[in-house]
Amino acid sequence: MNLFELLGRYFSYEFVWFALIVGVLISLCSALFGVVLVLKRFSFIGDGLSHVAFGALAIATVLELTDNMLIVLPVTVICAILLLGMGRNAKIKGDAAIAMLSAGALAVGYLIMSLFSSSGNVAGDVCSTLFGSFAIITLSRAEVILCVVMSVVVIALFVLLYNRIFAVTFDEAFASASGVRTSLYNLLIAVITAVIIVLAMNLVGSLLISALVIFPALSAMRVARTFKGVVITAAVVSTLCALIGILVAILASTPVGPTVVAVDIVAFGLCFAAGKVMKIE
Amino acid sequence: MAQIICNNVSLGYEDRTVCENLNFEINEGDYLCIVGDNGSGKSTLMKALLSFGTVLEGEIVFGDRLTRKDIGYLPQQSEAQKDFPASVREVVLSGCVGGLGRRVFFGRRDRLEADQNMKMMGVYELADKSYRTLSGGQQQRVLLARALCAAKKVLLLDEPVSGLDPSASASLYSLIHHINKHTGVTIIMVTHDIENSLRDASAVLRMSSEPRFFSSVEDYRREFLAGGAE
Repeated sequence: MNLFELLGRYFSYEFVWFALIVGVLISLCSALFGVVLVLKRFSFIGDGLSHVAFGALAIATVLELTDNMLIVLPVTVICAILLLGMGRNAKIKGDAAIAMLSAGALAVGYLIMSLFSSSGNVAGDVCSTLFGSFAIITLSRAEVILCVVMSVVVIALFVLLYNRIFAVTFDEAFASASGVRTSLYNLLIAVITAVIIVLAMNLVGSLLISALVIFPALSAMRVARTFKGVVITAAVVSTLCALIGILVAILASTPVGPTVVAVDIVAFGLCFAAGKVMKIE
Repeated sequence: MAQIICNNVSLGYEDRTVCENLNFEINEGDYLCIVGDNGSGKSTLMKALLSFGTVLEGEIVFGDRLTRKDIGYLPQQSEAQKDFPASVREVVLSGCVGGLGRRVFFGRRDRLEADQNMKMMGVYELADKSYRTLSGGQQQRVLLARALCAAKKVLLLDEPVSGLDPSASASLYSLIHHINKHTGVTIIMVTHDIENSLRDASAVLRMSSEPRFFSSVEDYRREFLAGGAE
């Protein structure tokens, strides 16, 4: 059986379509807001929040809720607001707060899982939450619909607020002097980041989410000169990487998350080289 | 009536007062330099003029039908900004963001406005260049063009020449002078570069804990610069 026949057979399964739809949408969203986070020097927040999401998921699993999202989403959103809101005038400075929160959430999450989990294979559960190995191919129809709706909302917000987001990202002081409510937009960016991270946990797992947020933005910044160019390039690169990554993972039976991230790394290498050749900078 | 009047203003934050009993007037077309030591309240005064809520007592009155929206601002550059991937046009156009109101995207008028201001600041040729590839002086001119997109009556400049070499700062000063003289925009500039900035200024406000000094440039030279530059 050749490659195309094999792919054709896989595409007759619903779960493959679900994985592709969810994967592409999530990587699109994370690329758009990844550009903003990287430029605002907030890259680490994605990492911190993903660990918080892991901790929250551990609690939700132990409580045996029918829908884990009920706990994971609110907890992550609240932490995002706290982290971004504290920003300047907190007693514990931003980077230290993030490091504290992420390590703390990771430890507590694993502790809770190993103490209270009813499952026989705690290590396997933890591993799949951290690296998202199987979640993406066990998506239910409801989860896919939730993901599609959330993604459409996130993308619509980004397009509608594009000019204001640019102003707030490029120069907060100027934006607020011009009457843009910067704290509102920072809050919005925090909440959307949290939503993207919770959604992306299904795809790449909580340890690798920051790769999805940061790599496309950095790749795009190597080859594009304008903000619009960076945003569009990041979106295209991220979508392509997700598509290729998921297909390779299915064909080669590798874990989906790490495969997608590996493709992102290759893309970054290519963009880096292209940037050097085109002499952008 | 004066454009901006400060009546017995005390400035500060919740837990501390930075300066007290500030009294001065700014008229249309004035060129005011605000000088003083670090911590004397220069940037707090800037925030007060931009209505960031640092006025503890007294009041800042806007006359001549001036509103908050008529004040353009040139903040100090942050490190992150210097290598920001954006074209000059995108940066200048973002000055119009305050006028968007309920609109989502910029219109033709905003674009024309941006083009005009880029031409006036001599950066129109750079419109499609990336902001991060420009020199410090060019970046400041781009940010001036952006400030002009935001406001037509008053420009508030925070240390505009800090980090620029002498020739770049000289050309920036002459641009600011040009804006002040030919478009009648009021200039309010916070600066450490006292000697050079006073050349074009019409008034100077010296901030310090006490006493404060608000006078003509000649009087200031007599008082603080040992006999003046002449």
